[in-house]
Amino acid sequence: MRESDAPIVEIQNVTKAFGRLKAVNDVSLAIPRNAFFALLGPSGCGKTTLLRMLGGFEHSSTGRILIDGEDMASIQPNRRPVNMVFQSYAVFPHMTVAENIAYGLKVTGVPRAEIGRRVTDAIAMVRLDGMATRRPDQLSGGQRQRVALARALVKRPKLLLLDEPLSALDKKLRGEMQLELVRLQHEVGITFIIVTHDQEEALGMASEIAVMQEGRILQVAPPRQLYEHPTRRFVAEFIGASNSFACEVLAIEDENARVTSPLLGELVVERAAPKVTSGTLIIRPEKVRMDFSNPAPQPGEALIRGTIDQIAYFGDLSIVYLTAEDGSRLQCSRYNVSRIAAPDPAPGTACTLGLHPEDLLLVGD
Amino acid sequence: MARDIKRYRVRCWENRLESWRAQPAVFWAFVLPGTLWLLLFFFVPLGLIWVLAFGERVGPVQIDITWTFANYLAVFDPVYVGLFWRSVWVATVATVIALVMGLPVALAVSFAPERVKPILLLLVILPFWTNILIRTYAMIAVLRTRGFVNFGLEYLWLMGKAFLLPFGLDEIVMGERFEPLSLLYNNTAVIFGIVYVYLPFMVLPLYATLERLDRSLLEASLDLGAGQIRTFFSIIVPLAKPGIVSGIILVFIPALGTFLISDLLGGTDSLLLGNVIERQFKAANHWPLGSAMSFVLLYVTFAILALRAWLISREEARARA
Repeated sequence: MRESDAPIVEIQNVTKAFGRLKAVNDVSLAIPRNAFFALLGPSGCGKTTLLRMLGGFEHSSTGRILIDGEDMASIQPNRRPVNMVFQSYAVFPHMTVAENIAYGLKVTGVPRAEIGRRVTDAIAMVRLDGMATRRPDQLSGGQRQRVALARALVKRPKLLLLDEPLSALDKKLRGEMQLELVRLQHEVGITFIIVTHDQEEALGMASEIAVMQEGRILQVAPPRQLYEHPTRRFVAEFIGASNSFACEVLAIEDENARVTSPLLGELVVERAAPKVTSGTLIIRPEKVRMDFSNPAPQPGEALIRGTIDQIAYFGDLSIVYLTAEDGSRLQCSRYNVSRIAAPDPAPGTACTLGLHPEDLLLVGD
Repeated sequence: MARDIKRYRVRCWENRLESWRAQPAVFWAFVLPGTLWLLLFFFVPLGLIWVLAFGERVGPVQIDITWTFANYLAVFDPVYVGLFWRSVWVATVATVIALVMGLPVALAVSFAPERVKPILLLLVILPFWTNILIRTYAMIAVLRTRGFVNFGLEYLWLMGKAFLLPFGLDEIVMGERFEPLSLLYNNTAVIFGIVYVYLPFMVLPLYATLERLDRSLLEASLDLGAGQIRTFFSIIVPLAKPGIVSGIILVFIPALGTFLISDLLGGTDSLLLGNVIERQFKAANHWPLGSAMSFVLLYVTFAILALRAWLISREEARARA
C-alpha cells in the first residue's frame, strides 16, 4: 500500500529561533512508520525543541511539519494525533493511577464503558496490575513512568514522543525500561520518537538514530551503521569512543581513499560517504590489536608503538589509555574473556598496537 | 544506615539545644522582645476582653465582673443573629468575588515573563502602601452620585444622546435627564470595598501556589486532548487548592469582622457585626456586650480554622488509605 510507505513524520526545513540563537537550524527529516526513532545529541543541541515542536508546544519559525501527511502548523497540542511522555513524567498528583490513564479518554468524550476497558488493558500492558487506585506519591519513579506511558498509549496516538524518559531512573532500572520500551513499541506498533543524550540508550533501543549538534542533524542511520560508518568526526566521537588520526588524502579511489598519516604511513581506507574527500581517520578502541612483544606486522597492518598511561578496569572490559611515540593519545579496549588470564599490564609498559586498514575509516571533520 | 542518620539528626538537634543553653544571653535577647510584645499587647488585652464579657455595667465607667452569661445570651438576640448572618453573607459574597477575580490575576502573574513578574507583584501589593482609611475614602470619590463612575456614565449618556439626536430618538431612548446611579451607601458598595481592600490577600497565596505548579502538568493535560478550559478546571484548580483555601481564609476572616468599610461605604441597612461591636465600645458604652460579641466572632473564626484543619487531615488520611 502506498499510504503505509509514506513517512509518518516529515520535517521540512524547520528552523526555530529563540532570539538570535537558532535552537533548530534548517532541519529536514523523514521518520518512517513504526520506527523506534531516536534524536541523539549533547544537551542544548535542539533535540528537545524539535520534539516539543512535534507535540505542538513550540512553533517553528520557518519550515513545515507534517504528521501522517497533515500540516501541523495551525493544530493545537490537544488536537494532534500525538502523545508525549514528559521528562518529569508529569503524572497528575491529585489523581489515582487509573484516573491519570483515563484522563485523556475522558476529556475527548470516549464512552464510559470503553474507558474502563481501555484503562484496564493499558494498566496490564505496562504491568501495573493492582496499582489502579494508588496515588502517584505512593509510586516509585519507574512506576510513575509506566503511568505516563500508559496514559499516552491508551490514546492510541500515531506518534509517541518520549523526552529523556530514562534519565531520572537508576542504571539497573534504566536497562529494564529500555527492554520494556522496545517490547511495548513492538506490541502497539506505534512510531516512537525518543530524545536522549545517552548514546548507549539510543543504540540499544532505536531502529534509527538522528545525531544532532548545534541545531543541525549530522547523520541519520540505524545503530550499527552509525557506529561502524559515522560520516563525521563529531558523530564518531559522540557515539562510542574512537581514536582519531590527522591525515592527508593523496587520491580518491571510488569508495576508498589513499591517505598518508605521520603515524600510520600510507594506507588505502574506506571513505565514510561519497562527499568525504578530506578529514580524519578514525578507529574504534576495540578494533585496535594490542601486543606486548615486538611482533611483525600482519599483512596490511599498520603498527604503532606506545606506552601505557592508565588502565580503567570495568569488570567485563578494561580500557587502556596510551601515548603513541609521536605523543598522541590513544585508547584500546580489551574484553576480559577469561577469568584466569594474566592481569592488565602496569602503566609504563611499552606495547605495540596493530591497526587494520579495514577497521579505519575516513570521516569528514 | 538509616539509624545512623537518625542518630546524627538527634545529635545535631541536641547540639543546637546545647548551644542555646551555652549562650543563654543570646537566646533570651532574641526570644524575649517578641514574647513580651505578644504577651503585653495581645494576650493581656485579649484576656481583659474575655473577662469583661462576663461583666455587668453598674455605672457609666464602672463594670463589675460577676461571671454572668447574660452578655453571651444577649448576643443570641434575633437582631444580632440576623446581623451575624448578614455579615457572613457579605463576607462570603466578597470572598467569592475576590476568588473569581484573584485567580486569573494570580495565573497571569505566575505565567508572566520572569522580568515582568516583580513589577506585576508590586502592582498587586502597591495599595498596601496607602492607609486603608484613605483607600476607602477614595472609593467614596469613585462611587458617589457625583463620582467618577457616574461622570463616566454621564459622558457615555451624552454621547449616546448626541448620536440619537438626528433620528429624533434621543428623548425616547435616553430619557430627558441623566439619572446618576446610586452606587454608594448600600451592601453592594460594602462588598465592592471589601473586595478592593482584601484582593491582594487572595492574589498572593494563589500566586505562591501557582508559581510552584509544574508547567509540564499543564502541557500533559493539553497533550492528552484537554482544552484550556478543561485544563483550568481539572488540573489548575485542584492543584491550586491549598492556595485557594488560604486565600479564602485570609479574605473571609477580616471581611467578617470589618467595620471601617461598612461604616464608610454602607448605608443604614448595611450594618455589619463589626459596626455593632464598635458601637458597643463607643456610642453604646456597653463594653461587656461588645466583648461577648467579639469572642463569639473569635470562636466562629476558630471553628472555621478547625473545620479547615479537619478537612485537610481527612483528605490526607484518604490519600494515604
